[in-house]
Amino acid sequence: MRLVSLPPAGQLAPPLTAYAQAAAAKRRQLALGVALAAIALAISAAGAEVQPVTLWNKIGNFTSYFDRLLKLDTGARVWTDPQEWFWGLARWSRLLGETALIAYVATLTGALGAFICAAPASRNLMRHAPVRFMVRRLLEFCRSVPDIVFAMIFVAAFGLGALPGVLAMAIHTSGALGKLFTEVVENIDMRPVEGIAATGGSWLAQVRFAATPQVLSNLVSYTLLRFEINVRGATVIGFVGAGGIGQDLIVAIRKFYYSDVSAMLLMIIVTVMMIDILSARLRHRLLAMETAP
Amino acid sequence: MSELRGLRETLISHGKELGTRYPELLIADWRRKIPLLGWCVTAIGLYIGGLAALGISPAVIIAGFGRMIDIAGLMLPPEPQSWSRFLLYLGALGQTLAIAFLGTLFAAILGVPLGFLAARNVVANRFVHFFGRRSLDTLRSVDTLIWALIWINVVGLGPFAGALAIMSSDIGAFGKLMSEATEAADRRPVDGVLSAGGGRLHAIRFGLVPQILPVTASQVLYFFESNTRSATIIGIVGAGGIGLQLSEQIRVLEWQQVSFLILMILITVAALDWISQRLRNAIIGYRG
Repeated sequence: MRLVSLPPAGQLAPPLTAYAQAAAAKRRQLALGVALAAIALAISAAGAEVQPVTLWNKIGNFTSYFDRLLKLDTGARVWTDPQEWFWGLARWSRLLGETALIAYVATLTGALGAFICAAPASRNLMRHAPVRFMVRRLLEFCRSVPDIVFAMIFVAAFGLGALPGVLAMAIHTSGALGKLFTEVVENIDMRPVEGIAATGGSWLAQVRFAATPQVLSNLVSYTLLRFEINVRGATVIGFVGAGGIGQDLIVAIRKFYYSDVSAMLLMIIVTVMMIDILSARLRHRLLAMETAP
Repeated sequence: MSELRGLRETLISHGKELGTRYPELLIADWRRKIPLLGWCVTAIGLYIGGLAALGISPAVIIAGFGRMIDIAGLMLPPEPQSWSRFLLYLGALGQTLAIAFLGTLFAAILGVPLGFLAARNVVANRFVHFFGRRSLDTLRSVDTLIWALIWINVVGLGPFAGALAIMSSDIGAFGKLMSEATEAADRRPVDGVLSAGGGRLHAIRFGLVPQILPVTASQVLYFFESNTRSATIIGIVGAGGIGLQLSEQIRVLEWQQVSFLILMILITVAALDWISQRLRNAIIGYRG
């Protein structure tokens, strides 16, 4: 059943050809994009030594690996004997606690560094261009070098332990948060700043009494988000000897202690999820506080 | 200026009187600040306790800093020492880019449909929705390096394991972002397609996909950028790319090579940032 009567064919032809042309142009663009992607794919597949055949032949390994992960040394399923499965619960919990602490201390230290750098790096609060340029490049450097690379270098300098992990993560965090903080500071309402400047307040007073109150809740919320990221990062920073559960995990994976790997992975997943949920709660609360002063 | 100063002095000298007249504005109410103060004290207490528990003290830091400065001195100037090494590093860098590209592509191909299924307005089944979200979260909470170690056990050492690792950890993130983008999409185009007699698949293809596609494209670019960073370090556990060279050179304490490698990584990441920013603007602009 047709509800709308179509106009005569003569009237319909021009818009139809226009539509066909537009559709064809779009299709050509799509084809070009797909061709480019295919070429890139071919080059990178060669570069990354992709072997679909190997993957196909060995995909069984993947499932059987997880199968072995869920088996105890005795051959029984892990959940039949939780006590045997989690034999290292005390040690792993302590290491996980250390992991969370590394993330916490590093996030807070990094956030402090980012906070100090944010005002001098922002265009509206720092009129002195060379200072701004220097601070920005510094932040860029800090965030471009991955935290685990910093960690490897610091392990050489400070020795094994949590300290190189904390330092590496703090430096990377201050770079990453510094950029976000700067963007927040650049978007503030400038009238309070001008007000304080007009009453004779110093630059520090302007930052403290005009800029900080506007940005604080945003900064805290970014810091919490970064904390979630850092908890994930801290689980692997031990791979290079910088503390946390990573050092036990890599040993277990390398030495094929299957049930230990699955136990630790499970604990990591649960911890990360719990911290995510808690921090999401906190952030929502913060938002609520902001909207209802 | 002198008038302003006069105003300021008046305010200061009459502070008490003004305070009694406008107490809610000028006198801080400590009761309102107690919860905030409590949070701050807890946070700082945890921080100090954390420092103590992790065995971090100023003495240790100062001792290490001396060595750190020595190392920084040894790093200068960055140089690869020979052309063959430089070419080797360049090849490793290319491998890193390939790993990032393939990982992102695989993750997009697998993660986007999954995220679609986890969205509330596509699959109305609450059970599917809940389990979709949870499994995506689980994938997301395992770090790329852990995935790399697992994949090395499956396909052996090499860059392929790296690409698969990046794919595994990104499927979760992609899925989550996609499901959120899909849920935030406007309902009206879908209703329009349905009311014109289109089926459910038509509604998704012509009502939802055009809304989500530009978001997805720019997200894919973001992920490619961040995956390049992950791919630079994935070699630390043996999964190919420049990280392998980097960890090797750190292990043998060849600091000049280390700084050269870091420099290469920094330049690549900066260049990619620039390119992907351009591309992103092009995509968003061109879609309007």
